Amino acid sequence: MTKQKLVVVGNGMAGARLVEEVLSKGGGDQFEISVFGEEPHGNYNRILLSGVLAGTHSGENIFINPLEWYEKNNVKLYAGVRAIGVDRNAKTLFAAGGHVVRYDKLVIATGSEPFVPPMDGLYDEDGAFRRGIFVFRTLDDTEQMIEHATTARSAVVIGGGLLGLEAARGLLSRGLDVHVVHLAAYLMESQLDSLAGDLLQGTLEEMGVTFHLEKMTAAVTGEDRVTGVRFRDDSEIPCDMVVISAGIRPNTDIARISGLNVRRGIMVNDDLACRNDPNIYAIGECAEHRNVTYGLVSPLWEQASILADRLTGRAPQARYLGSKVSTKLKVMGVDLAVAGVKEARDEDDEVVTYVEPGQRIYKKLIVRDGQIVGAILLNDGISSPRLLQAFDRDEILPANRAELLFGITAGLPAVDVASMPDDAQICNCNGVSKGQIIAAVNAGRRSLKAVCDATRAGTGCGSCRPQVQEILEFASDGLVAEDPSAHYYVQGVPLSKPELVEAVKSMELKSVSSVFNALAGGREDVGSKVGLASLLKTVWGSEYEDERDARFINDRVHANVQRDGTFSVVPRIYGGITSPDELRRIADVAEKYQAGMVKITGGQRIDLLGIPKEHLPDVWRELDMPSGHAYTKAFRTCKTCVGTDFCRFGLGDSTTLGINIEKRFQGIEMPHKVKMAVSGCPRNCAEATVKDVGVVAIEGGKWEIYVGGAAGASVRKGDVLCVADSPEDVLKYMGRFLQYYRENAKYMERTYGFLERVGVERLREVLMDDVEGLCDRLDEDIQAAVEAYFDPWKEGQNPVHQNQFVTAPATAAAEG
Amino acid sequence: MTGSRVITKPSQPHDLGPIEQIPLGEGRLLRMGPVSVAVFRARDGGVFATQAVCPHRGGPLADGIIGGGNLQCPLHGYTFELSTGRPLGNDCNALKTYAVRVTEQGHILIAMESAGEQTT
Repeated sequence: MTKQKLVVVGNGMAGARLVEEVLSKGGGDQFEISVFGEEPHGNYNRILLSGVLAGTHSGENIFINPLEWYEKNNVKLYAGVRAIGVDRNAKTLFAAGGHVVRYDKLVIATGSEPFVPPMDGLYDEDGAFRRGIFVFRTLDDTEQMIEHATTARSAVVIGGGLLGLEAARGLLSRGLDVHVVHLAAYLMESQLDSLAGDLLQGTLEEMGVTFHLEKMTAAVTGEDRVTGVRFRDDSEIPCDMVVISAGIRPNTDIARISGLNVRRGIMVNDDLACRNDPNIYAIGECAEHRNVTYGLVSPLWEQASILADRLTGRAPQARYLGSKVSTKLKVMGVDLAVAGVKEARDEDDEVVTYVEPGQRIYKKLIVRDGQIVGAILLNDGISSPRLLQAFDRDEILPANRAELLFGITAGLPAVDVASMPDDAQICNCNGVSKGQIIAAVNAGRRSLKAVCDATRAGTGCGSCRPQVQEILEFASDGLVAEDPSAHYYVQGVPLSKPELVEAVKSMELKSVSSVFNALAGGREDVGSKVGLASLLKTVWGSEYEDERDARFINDRVHANVQRDGTFSVVPRIYGGITSPDELRRIADVAEKYQAGMVKITGGQRIDLLGIPKEHLPDVWRELDMPSGHAYTKAFRTCKTCVGTDFCRFGLGDSTTLGINIEKRFQGIEMPHKVKMAVSGCPRNCAEATVKDVGVVAIEGGKWEIYVGGAAGASVRKGDVLCVADSPEDVLKYMGRFLQYYRENAKYMERTYGFLERVGVERLREVLMDDVEGLCDRLDEDIQAAVEAYFDPWKEGQNPVHQNQFVTAPATAAAEG
Repeated sequence: MTGSRVITKPSQPHDLGPIEQIPLGEGRLLRMGPVSVAVFRARDGGVFATQAVCPHRGGPLADGIIGGGNLQCPLHGYTFELSTGRPLGNDCNALKTYAVRVTEQGHILIAMESAGEQTT
């Protein structure tokens, strides 16, 4: 198949973007692509020229596609070649230097050019700008300005619009005395109202810019060099540099010469083709669509994408329907975002404003039918992204507008998912992006579970599930399905935890298989077995009928499975206090069994990694230490600080208490893992306030008990459950809390989630004030669990099945 | 769509030894000539055989949990249908499965060839 010829006139933001889009949509196979660029470079990011002028970016660093990129992608670039005209009948483009190029499809993306108002003294006899006079459009303009600014002392910028102010700020950064001359009564009058304009002016004046409003420039003065500007009222400002930034005009010369319909811009239809030639398209600042010409980047990206869809046949019917525009002023030290209209249209429009003149903060929303149709946000860092998002997406606003302006809703997540880009990674365990989650929602998944199952988001550590829920809500237009199974304790048995516990007790179901038989129609569910085993163990204690196949591999072999199928062995080191003798044994075992890694854990223990399953029993026997339970949903470890024996600050004997805590609660099954710590003084070296249960000694022989702390996937400071008077009371209240957590938490719900759900006030009522009359029973049940403790590593010498610690039994039979 | 299981080439089955070497409801790795296969013994009497390692990240499938005819890998919880190897709720490749049965003497017999590749 011969390729069609696609010729693009213009290598700026729009033209280059179109080429990128066409290539990414497979157009490289369909088209032979040529690009004419008037500038002698590859393609650079024009938006960043302000940064180049201000010195925050270097010219080399703003290139999007250097010249090599064109070569690599088989795009013929005519750099520095001006296209002149088109013979539309012959489908041929003529360019300077005698270039004649045939096209099948022609795209005009010539952008715009600076508007230079008539005034005296601009040009030399050759018609070029005199030395010291500039426009601010191209990289070359910028570099010449920078060069000239090194010898200049003061500059006049003509025009107080977006670009003029960015130029002024840039020259200020280069040490010049900067004056801005503006025709209107306040700055950026196309985007701002007068109050916003005044506040912005104040901000810039503080930085050192001088303003001359309602002034029309009549002439640039000086003979062989610029000496100043003179206004219509004959007043003058001396300067040795002038930057004209009085607006832009669509660059339509080639279209006019070629007989295309041009009004302000090149007139295009919704297919982006020219009104009077279906093989010629126009996009970007040079195009006029539905009476609008755009001067910002986002519409041009949309146009490039849609035109690429049409050209490559990916979406031949794609239509461009216009853009909603918002922009930010790129001026160091000023935070200004504007969107849509700047004033109310009539009395039905609601105008919400907040003004803080001292800080020069101004927030204004124009709300129509519950949606933002305009916004001005000056020096408002926090809420701008959220508001611009709401504007872009026509979101219906919350009734309480303050929520939007200040982001002060209760429980507002720290990171706002709505304003994240689509490629933002939401699930950091499985690498699931916001866009993938939205795609799942768009594909019809409308409940949290369905979305998580489809994308695997939230199926790792689970800490992103609230964000996934939020994205689901915002992507589903309020059509979130309430998933009844969300309330089930496990997916395979359609009962909530209280219902399940009730049924298990009343029907005396003591094994996992009996639960499936009685409550799930005999259907086993692979994902439910482990959760059921945990619950039954808590309900029945020593009466639980243990079926080993309902256990996760870790709990079958009492070690933590690693990525290569080997296991990690963490012996218990009570309170983190060890001895030379223990350390010697650990070292000997590590050496003998060739542990792949010996690691000090975060819980003040030692981890031997890379142990094959078959060696576990021997490793345990030779260690001669109890299991540290570093593999199961149970109480894990109690970290301690040095305490009173040696530390000169210690108030309470943290090591002894930590050891006693570990001896008491070791191995007790929990809905999720439970980590603890004891600190001997409020300096809190053991970090007890971010543990599931933490204890901090305070002056007066007392101990604060914190519950629900976390410093893992989530970070949360624990809540003080109570202040205990003695180490004995600490053990009592901790045990009471743990038993209540065992009975009432969902499976895999860490204490921090449990605390947030139940609330510490409620816990204090139940566990300290005994409003439910539960305390004695809780104390008894945790005591029973303590007494039922059995070191599972003893199974190493007495396995429950001959192959408990054997992965690959030797095949007994002879081969067939 | 569930594909049909086709034993592409009937051949002399291998005897993998007594079923009791696998604890009820669990899986173990058994050798079939040079190949290791994960063999599972369901509570309801069903016996299944699949490839040994998970196609996701190489997890040891014999250490997985089974239930309701499905298998969950121990490393990241990817789930597969035991009889067909079909991935459930994930886009991993299907597991290779093997035709397997238990003799009256309680020995596991496995067909040398893998059952037909699953198409979904």
